[in-house]
Amino acid sequence: MEKQASEKNIVLEIEDLVVNYETDGVVVHAVNGVSLRLEKGKTLALVGETGAGKTTTALSILQLIQDPPGKIRGGSITMDGDALLTFSERQMESIRGDKVSMIFQDPMTSLNPVLTVGQQIAEVIQIHQKVSKAEAEQKAREMLELVGIDGGRAGEYPHQFSGGMKQRVVIAIALACNPTLLIADEPTTALDVTIQAQVLELMKELREKYQTSMIMITHDLGIVAETCDEVSIMYAGRIVEHGTLRDIFKETRHPYTVGLFNSLPNIKRRQEMLKPIKGLMPDPSNLPTGCSFHPRCDYAQAICSTRKPAQTFLSDTHFVECLAYESNTGVTITKKEG
Amino acid sequence: MAETLLEVKNLKKYFKTQKGLLHAVDDVSFTVDRGKTLGVVGESGCGKSTAGRTILRLLEPTSGQVFFEGKDIFSLSPQQMRAIRKDMQIIFQDPYASLNPRKTVGEIIGMPLVLNKLIPDPRKREQRVLELMETVGLAERFINTYPHELDGGRRQRIGIARAMAMEPKFIVCDEPVSALDVSIQAQILNLLTTLQKKLGLTYIFITHDLSVVNYFSDDIAVMYLGQLVEKASSERLFEKPMHPYTQALLSAIPVPDIDHKQERILLKGELASPINPKPGCRFAPRCNYVTDKCIGKTPELKEITPGHFVACTLV
Repeated sequence: MEKQASEKNIVLEIEDLVVNYETDGVVVHAVNGVSLRLEKGKTLALVGETGAGKTTTALSILQLIQDPPGKIRGGSITMDGDALLTFSERQMESIRGDKVSMIFQDPMTSLNPVLTVGQQIAEVIQIHQKVSKAEAEQKAREMLELVGIDGGRAGEYPHQFSGGMKQRVVIAIALACNPTLLIADEPTTALDVTIQAQVLELMKELREKYQTSMIMITHDLGIVAETCDEVSIMYAGRIVEHGTLRDIFKETRHPYTVGLFNSLPNIKRRQEMLKPIKGLMPDPSNLPTGCSFHPRCDYAQAICSTRKPAQTFLSDTHFVECLAYESNTGVTITKKEG
Repeated sequence: MAETLLEVKNLKKYFKTQKGLLHAVDDVSFTVDRGKTLGVVGESGCGKSTAGRTILRLLEPTSGQVFFEGKDIFSLSPQQMRAIRKDMQIIFQDPYASLNPRKTVGEIIGMPLVLNKLIPDPRKREQRVLELMETVGLAERFINTYPHELDGGRRQRIGIARAMAMEPKFIVCDEPVSALDVSIQAQILNLLTTLQKKLGLTYIFITHDLSVVNYFSDDIAVMYLGQLVEKASSERLFEKPMHPYTQALLSAIPVPDIDHKQERILLKGELASPINPKPGCRFAPRCNYVTDKCIGKTPELKEITPGHFVACTLV
């Protein structure tokens, strides 16, 4: 699997990450052995439903998991050769907002209501770069212009902006120090479609301009198709299928991924009934044995409830965690249309 | 033949605010045929939810008329209104906020039966509640649980069962799946489709999600800043959108298909304020085709081909 050529360009590598939320007696297994790597300038989608562990994985990179109850119980996160999980709080602070930035879902709550937007952008710049206050403020105005807001509005407060504008301000803050890695957690979920289109377009332009690598957390496969290079499908704290856009959209293999696609109303084919995945997401404090997806899977056999599937590589870029793709398990997937 | 169940005529709903009159719904007219679904789409603040609520008279209209089976419901007395409400129900967006946290599932679903004194006998009422739970796919064992113990999909099923309790003819579905994950969303959409087929229900389906509305609706009405800008059958609207706003809206949907190549129409700016709007096309400030004709006079809704209505001076 190791490819020498791309090795040099790896910006981020996560190996076997395990994160729990531990409260009296109850352990919520949020992330159960996630491994991923991201190349420079590429965008990776983390796709999954509520509780799949997408946000926890992202927050681990910045060590923003609230502890207690959150505990990183295993694995490593390497960025540009640095083992981030060994970093002190002080070292992490020098990275957050500088090398790694994050855009949160809700622009209404991720800005400070009592500081002007200019001050909030300038703050990041002053913390990470040796510049005077005036220089930082000047840069803040430039950042506002960059995301399509008149620099003259730097003195205004968040409540004076609409939702789409606020998210642009958040993007300006995230990009102010030209980060190597940008983590976007459902950045457009709170926005209307026409505004979403504007914001996605803006992010795309800025990413191309600065060669920023990005992790895009989303549940919207439409956004994935438009903005991402690679896709990791998460379920119950694991990546159950990973590949390039083409692998995931055209060579869909995991029954869960297939189920996700079948759940979407298709603009081109109306009238048919949707084919939802039966049942519900499992309780992460009491995950099913074997393959976590087996209680909801149409193809599950007895073995699926006892044996954990391993990564099976279908090509250099595409892997799946499903016993149907391992030899001699007796599990088969009868291909259905769709 | 198609039979009109609901007719909305020049409906207006204004709210008084400190800055002036907010035109939430401004002169909206349309009809819905029995057994059909009208999708109402638009972005936040376009007045789609206010329209839905005013049609049910959950909000009192500023002016206009709504005919339900020929009866002008705005002229009805509170008693008459209560009687007709049995036929007109609503399912709310947020299954977390629309259920009383202190009542059990059984009590919530049975409440409309109690309020309307339909089934006074508690034992028979419970029987009916269990039937309703079965209809919407809620297991019997949940009858004594509280909403907070259930997930979003099941809570939305409670909301649907409660709406179904009165055996309505017409349901306003106000973003019923927006708060749900896709796999659960599909389960609820299928349930609504099955109920419609079985019981001949008529829906107004309010949503901002265009792929859902296309899947679910026979006709689609597009709203912008309180006004209806286009209405057509779903096929027609997606094939031949005429209003520049509809065109931009449809092109903005991210399509989950990597071979899908579409020119995206990016709009300038954002929604203008609905407070004291000036006459003229409300979309004009964001429109890519704007001309002098668009300012000053509000475009009328014209039927350009049978069943396809557009409000744009340029069409």
